[in-house]
Amino acid sequence: MKLLTHNMLSCHIKGVKNGYPFLIEVIKVSEHEADFDPDFLKHIFPRINWPAFLQAAEAMGCREGLPEAPTETALEDEQFQKAFHHALLEVTLEEGSLVCPETSRKFPVAKGIPNMLLNEDEC
Amino acid sequence: MGKGERPEHMAPPDIFYNEDEARKYTTNSRMIAIQAALTERALELLALPQDGVPRLLLDLGCGSGLSGEALSEAGHVWMGLDISTAMLDVAAEREVEGDLVLNDLGHGLPLRPGSFDGAISISAVQWLCNADRSGHDPRKRMKRFFETLYACLRRGARAVLQIYPENHLQAEMLVASAMKVGFSGGLVVDYPHSTRAKKYFLVLMVGTSTAVPQAKGLDGSEPEDEEAAQIKMAGRDRFKRRKTGSGVKGRDWVLKKKEQMRKKGYDIAPDTKYTGRKRKRIV
Repeated sequence: MKLLTHNMLSCHIKGVKNGYPFLIEVIKVSEHEADFDPDFLKHIFPRINWPAFLQAAEAMGCREGLPEAPTETALEDEQFQKAFHHALLEVTLEEGSLVCPETSRKFPVAKGIPNMLLNEDEC
Repeated sequence: MGKGERPEHMAPPDIFYNEDEARKYTTNSRMIAIQAALTERALELLALPQDGVPRLLLDLGCGSGLSGEALSEAGHVWMGLDISTAMLDVAAEREVEGDLVLNDLGHGLPLRPGSFDGAISISAVQWLCNADRSGHDPRKRMKRFFETLYACLRRGARAVLQIYPENHLQAEMLVASAMKVGFSGGLVVDYPHSTRAKKYFLVLMVGTSTAVPQAKGLDGSEPEDEEAAQIKMAGRDRFKRRKTGSGVKGRDWVLKKKEQMRKKGYDIAPDTKYTGRKRKRIV
């Protein structure tokens, strides 16, 4: 699971109001090279929830080079682009779990795939 | 899968798409070609602006990632959801570019509102019409699915869902369910006059109500014949009631046969109260 996906995921248990963002419990992290595409970064940047992204990057150990509150102008900076690209698309959570911030329900992540299946009483 | 059988009738999707079935989707060139063609058409109907900027798309029921590959080829970033672990394992093995999530569409999508530029789905959504567990209510599951899909798309985005409805009622049910949560759009039927090439695309739009795109192959002229089929939601063949009664014929049948043989001129024993009775067991 990449951090881009983490940023878009939100807990869908019925009745949960503040299911965002998931807390990450890390067991194993890996890195896969992805194509560097500044156009996509610019396109997706306004949609990224930055505090959630920073929190996740912190948990995954790739916080380096990411400012507290970047602006649109920071996107022109290549150094920032590289760090953003790396954290967003290259760092992958292989094993671990996602924890719902409201109910503390754990969704296991195995082989890089988060298991978001709910029990019948949760949906 | 044999001719004329629907996978939806055999088992729930998480069980039907096991390792064997999943392997077919990587080795069977015909299946791969069909999936690729359907995805291409879905992308066409999605009508993303052609400005070269990669979009963030959703692939619902991504399976082994065949449809996702077509999205990657078109230069987009995608995220795939599927209920079958076996299929997702195959996708991971093939190192598809999109990120994968194990999820039941009927539980709703675990996604943040307004985050995707579009969604496609190839041959997956008709599974929602089945009740696979006693607690399943297809209508509720459909509603939950469409609600969360509507929420996670950006305004002006589209969702193109290619479906294999069992009959027109099932298609109507899906359309109605989508309209109820606020989508505009409708059903696009490609090649409506051909039984084999006919393809259904549910084209749903968020917000702006532009016209529904034109279907392909509309030049045939015969009207579509109304199917008298009833909608069956839990109608799996394996639950079909067995033929009642044993194979043994009754007294009426024996009397009829005797009469027939008499007419043909054979010498037949007279009808008595013993006719058609079971023989007493001789010990």
